[in-house]
Amino acid sequence: MEKRSEKKTEKALGKVIVVTSGKGGVGKTTTAAAFAAGLALRGHKTVVIDFDVGLRNLDLVMGCERRVVFDFINVINGDANLQQALIRDKRIDKLYVFPTSQTRDKEALKREGVDKVIGELRKEFDYIVCDSPAGIEHGALTALYHADSAVIVTNPEVSSVRDSDRIIGILAAKSRRAEKREKPVEEHLLLTRYSPERVQKGEMLSVDDVKEILSVPLLGIIPESMTVLKASNTGTPVILDCASPAGRAYDDAVARFLGEQREMRFVMPARRSLLRGWFGRAAT
Amino acid sequence: MSLFEFFFPKKKAPHASIAKERLQIVLAHERASRDSPDFLPRLQKELFGVVAKYVAVRDDMISVSMRRAASATVLEINVEMPAPVKTMSARPVPA
Repeated sequence: MEKRSEKKTEKALGKVIVVTSGKGGVGKTTTAAAFAAGLALRGHKTVVIDFDVGLRNLDLVMGCERRVVFDFINVINGDANLQQALIRDKRIDKLYVFPTSQTRDKEALKREGVDKVIGELRKEFDYIVCDSPAGIEHGALTALYHADSAVIVTNPEVSSVRDSDRIIGILAAKSRRAEKREKPVEEHLLLTRYSPERVQKGEMLSVDDVKEILSVPLLGIIPESMTVLKASNTGTPVILDCASPAGRAYDDAVARFLGEQREMRFVMPARRSLLRGWFGRAAT
Repeated sequence: MSLFEFFFPKKKAPHASIAKERLQIVLAHERASRDSPDFLPRLQKELFGVVAKYVAVRDDMISVSMRRAASATVLEINVEMPAPVKTMSARPVPA
């Protein structure tokens, strides 16, 4: 018996990744779904958790909304165990979804309960992806508390960049790693809804601008893409759409997260017409 | 493409650089206040009350900030003095 418990602690504990942004509507849930799917596709046992209590949406984006029986709050309150609440993805092996509750009580995510759940998940999974709600209230703070890594989802737009900066400050001050004075949370910038054409025209903040302002290492650029809406319409993580630029960009981001070197794509606009080549000098 | 644009080719529309500049300014300000202890606004307010008893200062003429250097933390209090008024007998306020 004793030997067995020893063996369990020997296994490396799973890593917690929070997908956060401060601002709403920038693509956190899309990113959490794509990222978790990407990690599982590469053979890592992954669970993606919805922390947006009362505004559950990860289940829809993951396409498992009709399979939700028990949720995060049920597990915290002891009404169900983890195995009952985790939803196994039907498309990707090793991918699980942990839905949140639709209760209106935002404080229902009690610190001790969440600690216990994350502790158990760490033993069982390689990666625990936490989909944070927008804002800097209880839900967002709970989502980032346990993080080892943070994916900061930012749009090239003033309010999003400012809110990301705020969240970066909070990660440095209020995460468990900050409280325990451990190695700080590893930060990764993911620039979403990027439009290289508009950047070139000087209408949108560029990757370099955002990198310079936030001084967080860049994990990837996700181009503005029609396929993101299609993915959420059908409940498919966009990374499964290999033909879509956004899908490929997420695949790059996951590969980089796991230490692979990949060149940044979608920084410059794809060349389109000859006319543009004649009139616009900066078409290269 | 209009005739006007043909003769006056568009330079880079400047609004992305405006965004960058505005962000850099506002974030520099917010980061400074984020790292400071939360008693600073109260300290500033009380200091203003004291200084204003003797000198006609506006509240934006006093600034309090805290900087962390390698070996010490510096509490910096800046009081901007109004244009000299003859009758005031107050001694200069040390910075």
